[in-house]
Amino acid sequence: MIAIINGKRRKLDVHPMKRLLDVLREDCGLTGTKEGCGEGECGACTVLVDGVAVDSCLVPAAQADGCAIVTIEGVARARSGRALQDAFVKLGGAQCGICTPGMIVAALPLKAGASLDEIKTALAGNLCRCTGYLSIFRSVQAGLRPSREALRPTRKTRVKGKRANAR
Amino acid sequence: MGRAVGANVRRKDGDAKVTGAAKYIDDISFPGMIFGATIRSTIPHGEIAARHVKLPGGFVVADYHDIPGKNYVALIDPDQPCLAEHIVRHVAEPILLVGHADRPRLIGLEQQVSFEYLERAPIYDPEASDTCFKRISIDKGDLDRGFAEADVVFEGEYRTGHQEQLYIETNGVIAVPGDEQMTVYGSLQCPYYVHKALVVLLGLPPGRVRVVQTETGGGFGGKEEYPSMLACHAAILARKAGRPVKMIYDRVEDLLATTKRHPSIIRHRTGVTRGGRITAMDVEVVMDGGAYATLSAVVLSRGVIHASGPYRCDHIRIRGRAMLTHTPPNGAFRGFGAPQTQFGIEAHMDRLADEIGIDPVKLRELNALKPGDTTATGQTLGKDASALPVLREAVRRSGFREKRRKWRGTTRGIGLSLFFHGSGFTGGGEVKLASKASLELTARGARILVASTEIGQGTRTMHAQIVADALGVPFDDIDVHEVDTDFVPDSGPTVASRTCTIVGKLLERCARDMRKRLGRLSPADYFKKHGSFTVTSQYEPPPNLLWDDEGYKGDAYGSYAWGCNVVELEVDPATFEVRPINVTAVAEIGKAIHPMMAEGQIEGGTAQGLGYALIEEVVMRDGRMANAQLTNYIIPTPLDAAPMKVVMLERPYAYGPFGAKGVGEMPIDGPAPAVINALRHCGYDVRSIPATPERLMNAPRQKAEGKRQKAG
Repeated sequence: MIAIINGKRRKLDVHPMKRLLDVLREDCGLTGTKEGCGEGECGACTVLVDGVAVDSCLVPAAQADGCAIVTIEGVARARSGRALQDAFVKLGGAQCGICTPGMIVAALPLKAGASLDEIKTALAGNLCRCTGYLSIFRSVQAGLRPSREALRPTRKTRVKGKRANAR
Repeated sequence: MGRAVGANVRRKDGDAKVTGAAKYIDDISFPGMIFGATIRSTIPHGEIAARHVKLPGGFVVADYHDIPGKNYVALIDPDQPCLAEHIVRHVAEPILLVGHADRPRLIGLEQQVSFEYLERAPIYDPEASDTCFKRISIDKGDLDRGFAEADVVFEGEYRTGHQEQLYIETNGVIAVPGDEQMTVYGSLQCPYYVHKALVVLLGLPPGRVRVVQTETGGGFGGKEEYPSMLACHAAILARKAGRPVKMIYDRVEDLLATTKRHPSIIRHRTGVTRGGRITAMDVEVVMDGGAYATLSAVVLSRGVIHASGPYRCDHIRIRGRAMLTHTPPNGAFRGFGAPQTQFGIEAHMDRLADEIGIDPVKLRELNALKPGDTTATGQTLGKDASALPVLREAVRRSGFREKRRKWRGTTRGIGLSLFFHGSGFTGGGEVKLASKASLELTARGARILVASTEIGQGTRTMHAQIVADALGVPFDDIDVHEVDTDFVPDSGPTVASRTCTIVGKLLERCARDMRKRLGRLSPADYFKKHGSFTVTSQYEPPPNLLWDDEGYKGDAYGSYAWGCNVVELEVDPATFEVRPINVTAVAEIGKAIHPMMAEGQIEGGTAQGLGYALIEEVVMRDGRMANAQLTNYIIPTPLDAAPMKVVMLERPYAYGPFGAKGVGEMPIDGPAPAVINALRHCGYDVRSIPATPERLMNAPRQKAEGKRQKAG
């Protein structure tokens, strides 16, 4: 298969039915994409194929032939990607971190100023067991609006103080 | 003082996790590494009559004959074999191990490897089981006298189901064999548990076994004891193959074979005066342990100690037992017995309030434990006992009373739960553990050496904050050594809400000792002049902390954290689906070392608790999990996330680091009863969880079968 992976043209000699997830992890050494369930339920293996978020555990290599693929390792190539990554660190969107690459990649196609409902819908196929999702929503909201104000980490959490809530 | 503690510093592991650079176990490989798989029993109980193994060359096969040491997973009781010899006690019990260099060759081995069994009758009902792993009794005061003082005696039975931890990273390890030695890398919570199991299994001296934790994608108790089993398997194969062996479970195997939360049956008989004062509590707790003892005795212990809830009562009897059934062993899961028993008491409290015609808040206010009161085990609470403050805060913040009035008779309901959670090991547990922590001087600050694992909760960051402030250096100058038993001392397991309050305290002491030795020099100057040194501290119980394990009396925990949840929800009267629409979670945790991460624990634990209450159902059919996949074992998704208001209160614990208590487990104690009480407010009488639409549809629409009788 030939694909543009994180901006680089790659020619790979793989079985056409090999899962894209395994092609990325084993043949390209891009282990940032994770496997959580292997059946398209958890979204840990989310990558962008031609700009669309897909579960790479369900995509055979042949189907990604000729496509542009973005994995977590390529997210930082765009400023918006770096802002999302930074927000996930600063606002607690990443805890154990295993769902984080998929979450960030799934949020990448969102437009700046996306509503909470749009964010929830974009992330609907991604499971997290640590956070209860609220800090992930806050991270995505802030990451999509990368002003200095939005990324101040102490803004939202104060002990026994009123705080804004995702709703 | 206090520049790092209390601030939301940047978490140490954050950048590696958001860039994909963090290395989890399946991201690692070794030269010559092969892959391992486990062949498991397909029946719940019986004798292995014959083994048929027809594998071509290239496969490595191992069974119990290949174990050089003892064939059990060393933990508490030596009852669980690492590989079954003649008897199997549950579906998915490991019997045989197979290794191959080509991973796909390990799929679908059922054709080539099979067993014949002489089946025996399985037992699935814990109350019908004749094998008891552990019985615990708690007695306080004189129960008869308590019931004689009551105007009303009220009973109820409550049931909870299994729950799967469902860390998104499945269990996995790599065993690397050496000359008379073994190293295991893995996704795990308790490196020294794994170390102990390997020493017993391999018959090697402790110094020849090494365990290294890799970045761990969630644990929630699910990686407390099970990794010992998996590490043993990989080590057996690695020893036989003479090559490194990687074993990673797929989701189905992880769900079928690994531990879950104990299902329970909780029965209450309570004496109460007309005015609402509780005079007697008689509680029975039955836990389904599954096929082997694992941690059931300790889960039961925490369960019974919390079974009478955060309430004051002079006359209490609690009887608990953990029973054997022929299902995969149940084990550790966040909360560890307390979510089950506090579901029982908190669902019972609302029914009791209905019975005597009193407001549920009022009933709790009248009976909540206050400073100076004694718990069921007779522990006198210090001035940080916070049941009333959390209750009042939650009621006020949520507008509980007004919504309760306004929504009556609608499809909306609001309910609350009041709960507490002991920090650290129970009773004399911490003294027996005798945990150690070390701190090493470096060229710019200090390096933390502990066996406490980072599993998402923020261990590395929180420990570094404590050390930074106690040593008086910037947070960034504190490093954390990777968890590797060749380098870090045994700080005990990363469980029981003990990582901050117990191990954090040890580190605080190390840092203060180091500070003293540095004199007026900065770490950098001292290092330049005299070189490095290491300070170690070992657990010592706070003064006057006494526990009698025979009588189950005394100070069960050094401190308790306190919580109150209010859940607002909406029931679809056509489909019986329940949607939480708002949650208020108030938690008193002593001191929030990193407020954002503490809040993350509360939000995450509460969400897990809502899943436990409403949708997470393990369906057991003939001893086998019938829904062992994420398609039909469902957990909350982003679309299920209810808005949440988290409020943290701080009443410092005198012997915690900077006043901190435990925070990790408590958040999962409260959501389930608050949900059930909100459903009761809507008119649904549900007494078991999960409250699935099917269960709700069949629930009685008016209240209470509980018996009402005049005492005396």
